Amino acid sequence: MKAAVISFPGSNCDQDAIKAIVSTMQIEADLVWHAHTDLSSYDLILVPGGFSYGDYLRSGAIARFSPVMEAVANEAQRGKFVIGICNGFQILTEAGLLPGALRRNESLQFQCEMAHLVVENASTPFTANYHFREEIIIPIAHGEGNYYADEATLDELVQNDQIVFRYADGHNPNGSVGSIAGIVNKKGNVLGMMPHPERAVHTLLGSDDGSKLFTSMLTTWREMHGVR
Amino acid sequence: MKVQAKIFVTLKGSVLDPQGVAVTKALHAMKYEQVEDVRVGKYLEVVFDVENDSQAHELVAKMCDQLLTNPVIEKYTYELVEVLA
Repeated sequence: MKAAVISFPGSNCDQDAIKAIVSTMQIEADLVWHAHTDLSSYDLILVPGGFSYGDYLRSGAIARFSPVMEAVANEAQRGKFVIGICNGFQILTEAGLLPGALRRNESLQFQCEMAHLVVENASTPFTANYHFREEIIIPIAHGEGNYYADEATLDELVQNDQIVFRYADGHNPNGSVGSIAGIVNKKGNVLGMMPHPERAVHTLLGSDDGSKLFTSMLTTWREMHGVR
Repeated sequence: MKVQAKIFVTLKGSVLDPQGVAVTKALHAMKYEQVEDVRVGKYLEVVFDVENDSQAHELVAKMCDQLLTNPVIEKYTYELVEVLA
């Protein structure tokens, strides 16, 4: 299994993502510049957090037209694992790979804290190693993480079990509809989430609850490919 | 001909605008009690060359749908002005 972490001008969680992948999954992870147009050799594509293109116009609006995004869409179509974290989530929604949009936080404040999440779906490639309804602690750091989808889209998300993480304890840090913190596409191979699992892979960081997100992908990939 | 599109982008009515709410509250605190609602948006000026008016309208619509707005949460209006050399 091989991973690509995409780097846009303004990405700032790309190195953390590489280190998290390498340390938790023990696989090769390449930093791939956004001008690349071929990702066919990768099994996992991670679109990291940061402020791509300075968040100009809207978060993710400009990055979504980077040459690499066509390759991301192609590989998503082929069933590869794609994960967008924070700004990466914003980019994936702008690109139409995930439904909905991320608005300015309801409080208008940048929220930076350890967030308590509930795993709402433990049968995705990203959550297979968690338990259903497991409560985990993963940090958030965003000003525009207020998830929005219209009623019809929300119904569809619930019906298809596409809501993967919600904020726990009735503490909704950004005003997201249904306290949604992370969703997958209909096919289940593209995940977007505002919290940063790559910042929670060691107890020294305050939590290692994010590790299982990475090892889940490895477990699932091995099962899919009959590798032990 | 050279035209300028003055494009106004705001959140859809169904989407809560936290900035607008904060500004409304501030205006109320300043005793502008008659203020009912504020929506904060964006204003863009896009200058470009076109053959005719209908092509200009077509281009503005395309640019707004693809990049300048997010149709999931935003709506827009615009005016076209001819830029005289």
